[in-house]
Amino acid sequence: MKYLTHLDRLEAESMHIMREVVADAENPVMLYSVGKDSAVMLHLAMKAFYPSKPPFPLLHVDTTWKFREMIEFRDRRAEETGLELLVHINQEGVDEGVGPFTHGSALHTDIMKTAALKQALNKYKFDLAFGGARRDEEKSRAKERICSFRSAEHRWDPKQQRPELWNLYNTRIRSGESIRVFPLSNWTELDIWQYIRREKIEIVPLYYSAKRPVVEWEGTQIMVDDDRMPEDLRKTAVEKSVRFRTLGCYPLTGAVESEADTLEQIIQEMLLTKSSERQGRVIDRDQSASMEKKKQEGYF
Amino acid sequence: MYQDDLIASDITAYLEAHENKSLLRFITCGSVDDGKSTLIGRMLYDSKMIFEDQLDALESDSKRVGTQGENIDFALLVDGLAAEREQGITIDVAYRFFSTEKRKFIVADTPGHVQYTRNMATGASTADLAILLIDARRGILEQTRRHSFIASSLGIKKLVLAINKMDLQNYEKSVFDDIEADFVEFAEELAPDIEIQAIPMSALEGTNITTRSDKTPWYTGPALMEYLETVPVDDDRLAKPFRLPVQYVNRPNLDFRGFSGQIPSGTVKVGDRLKTLPSAKETTVTRILSGDKDVQEAMAGESVTICFADEVDTSRGDLICTAESPAEVADQFQARILWMSEDKMLPGRRYLLKIGSKIVSAQVNETKYKIDMSDLQDRPARDLALNEVGVCTLSLDQSVPFDPYNEIRETGGFILIDRLTNNTVGLGLIDFALRRAGNIHWQSVDVNKQAHSAQKGQKPAVLWFTGLSGSGKSTIANALQKRLFSVDRHTYLMDGDNVRHGLNRDLGFTDADRVENIRRVAEVSKLMADAGLITLVSFISPFRSERRMARNMMDEGEFIEIYINTPLSVAEERDVKGLYKKAREGKIKNFTGIDSPYEPPLDPEITIDTTAMTADEAAEKILDELKAKGILEA
Repeated sequence: MKYLTHLDRLEAESMHIMREVVADAENPVMLYSVGKDSAVMLHLAMKAFYPSKPPFPLLHVDTTWKFREMIEFRDRRAEETGLELLVHINQEGVDEGVGPFTHGSALHTDIMKTAALKQALNKYKFDLAFGGARRDEEKSRAKERICSFRSAEHRWDPKQQRPELWNLYNTRIRSGESIRVFPLSNWTELDIWQYIRREKIEIVPLYYSAKRPVVEWEGTQIMVDDDRMPEDLRKTAVEKSVRFRTLGCYPLTGAVESEADTLEQIIQEMLLTKSSERQGRVIDRDQSASMEKKKQEGYF
Repeated sequence: MYQDDLIASDITAYLEAHENKSLLRFITCGSVDDGKSTLIGRMLYDSKMIFEDQLDALESDSKRVGTQGENIDFALLVDGLAAEREQGITIDVAYRFFSTEKRKFIVADTPGHVQYTRNMATGASTADLAILLIDARRGILEQTRRHSFIASSLGIKKLVLAINKMDLQNYEKSVFDDIEADFVEFAEELAPDIEIQAIPMSALEGTNITTRSDKTPWYTGPALMEYLETVPVDDDRLAKPFRLPVQYVNRPNLDFRGFSGQIPSGTVKVGDRLKTLPSAKETTVTRILSGDKDVQEAMAGESVTICFADEVDTSRGDLICTAESPAEVADQFQARILWMSEDKMLPGRRYLLKIGSKIVSAQVNETKYKIDMSDLQDRPARDLALNEVGVCTLSLDQSVPFDPYNEIRETGGFILIDRLTNNTVGLGLIDFALRRAGNIHWQSVDVNKQAHSAQKGQKPAVLWFTGLSGSGKSTIANALQKRLFSVDRHTYLMDGDNVRHGLNRDLGFTDADRVENIRRVAEVSKLMADAGLITLVSFISPFRSERRMARNMMDEGEFIEIYINTPLSVAEERDVKGLYKKAREGKIKNFTGIDSPYEPPLDPEITIDTTAMTADEAAEKILDELKAKGILEA
């Protein structure tokens, strides 16, 4: 007898969420980070609204330090899907020359990512933003609702979350307030990879192993992606077979040494590895409640 | 270990197997003391969902704030928000994920204390199964009963009774048996169709979690994970009638118009006859899109877009049903409500109600009683406070399609939203519709109208006498009935005054009440006609529209309007009951003919001029006319 697999169910739930919240939103947007979760989220949106196009644009908050391959991939996917792509850069940050090498990871992320996102949401007055966060990523996210309400100042109050019964979502908000919606809440990292494989979803090649120039910086191997990396650091670069488990700003994204250059090998490596996904992210290394603090401040 | 080997040796085989896993969502109920977090931590740990870096953190946390001395405190894995960790209790619903070779699991982990009842209900609303944790030393507690009540109310039919801390009871069989027997007895009151699986375990020692332990040789049932991996999921949803709440109308161009939603129950095929509610229009399915692919069939759980053969007006919030067995439509309900807000639920206050994708304005008319969750007894109540459950009646400002919650969760559950704060303040489970119900389908019975009338050897008829008060309606009707009775006709005479002593004793003489008076009498006449009787109705029935309404309710030719034409002056002069006098003196208000209008029939079947004949002559005349019309065989 035919039955729905766990991927079928996750897919159906995500599509339901997207259709449901978009129907009541005035000005929705999808935050597109170019990573694998965004790729899955975009794929689901294309399905949910087929044969129409998803009725919202994509928004990429560009810190100007993303891998060049990410930017190429982003622009190409926007063109292929025919969706409008909005790119927001914190111009004040650029003018002040903010970057991870000069200002450190925390300040850079705060200005070029967290503050930039708020700027973009204010500028376009979005009342609904889809994000690709998952509950399995971090302990505090296990309690995040699918619909997360933000005050006009984009703050998140863990005590003011609405109960989510069945598949009914109460998306009523007052003017100025906004909702972040996480359609991938119930997916795990393994689900994401399996779905990418099943649906043959294209992802940024950086996820696959290749010979890349890397240097050791603050205990992490990072890739030389442009010449903004200080020259004395750049000089230490060596070619290694590496890949990335998450994608972000190149100086803040640790490479892992790997020979995995097929999807199957990536999944194999992920399943056999002994460290969790976000370990490659420099900003998460503080005390374990750090994500929660960041979320209250408006970090996605 | 087996999985690791397969991953290492043949990743493709592993992926093929894992791509086809099913999904089970369950909720764990119990308090920290029962070892709930420890159990979940253990399940995550045993299914290798914990990576080494998390394990390092866990070990250091265990030493710092753990409760297990130098051992790993699994509970720390699952207690999330910083504030809660310090308090040592989980205060929200947390979702955990793990998978085995056979299934992926989504666990809703909710706190046990009474003040978190709403959180538990939230977790239960999407769960297929509940694990009730019981401390073997303490047995079934009030809390266990409350959890079972919420779980079963929200439609969970499968309960696992996890009798934990058996290690502290030396794995005594009798301890387990007693607790199980206690619970089974209690569960019988709860719901008739609940499946219970009791398992003796120790989350701390890992007994009967993944594999059956030799510490409990007397236990022959499955280990917890074995049970969770094999218990059937969703089998009953497929057997229910097809429903599709419309979330989104997909209309990219003039050639395509599709209705999107997630199917809560049943299956649908291209070519099926469907009915959309509340419009009640029928059409046929021409296309089904599952995502971006055309399919011939779709089933409960899938998100689809379907297209119709006809232009049927359907919009967001409507419910598409199988035409064979559509949902009901109503604007008044009896429902169980769980209140989730600090501000009390007040009867009479208006809330927004969301059911499916539809939002309407609603008010609670009355709280019939609340349910004390510790003993399941009813208690009188007017309002509901946070975490209280009550049985209430609601009225909506428009009709909505629904199914009783016990039938289909997604079409029978609703939330109440505060109009001011926009917060979700209550959840409701529809039991049934009240009054004005467009939902009660006429039940077809084998002994029908034809059978009844054949048995009596007569054609049913409704002889509707209308005329002023004192015009002679009742006298003539009475004379007619005697004649009919004498020739073995089965009759009944309904007299306005008599009916007002019983059925309509709550009605006065305002226009609204007169309308309702006639409506009820017409309904009763219809039932009597259905029973094959000849009914004589003697009512002033002053308004044409109500007499027309009564006529339209009967079958063609069955309604005979008999106008007893007595001029007002004559009736007033007769004044048999002395009513005209009182009305003229102003002692009776709204008296027909005096200060309330009488609309004479424009085209009655029979007219009797009482100034030209006696009551007996009138009865004879009517009898002749009925024979002539074929109502009575000559």
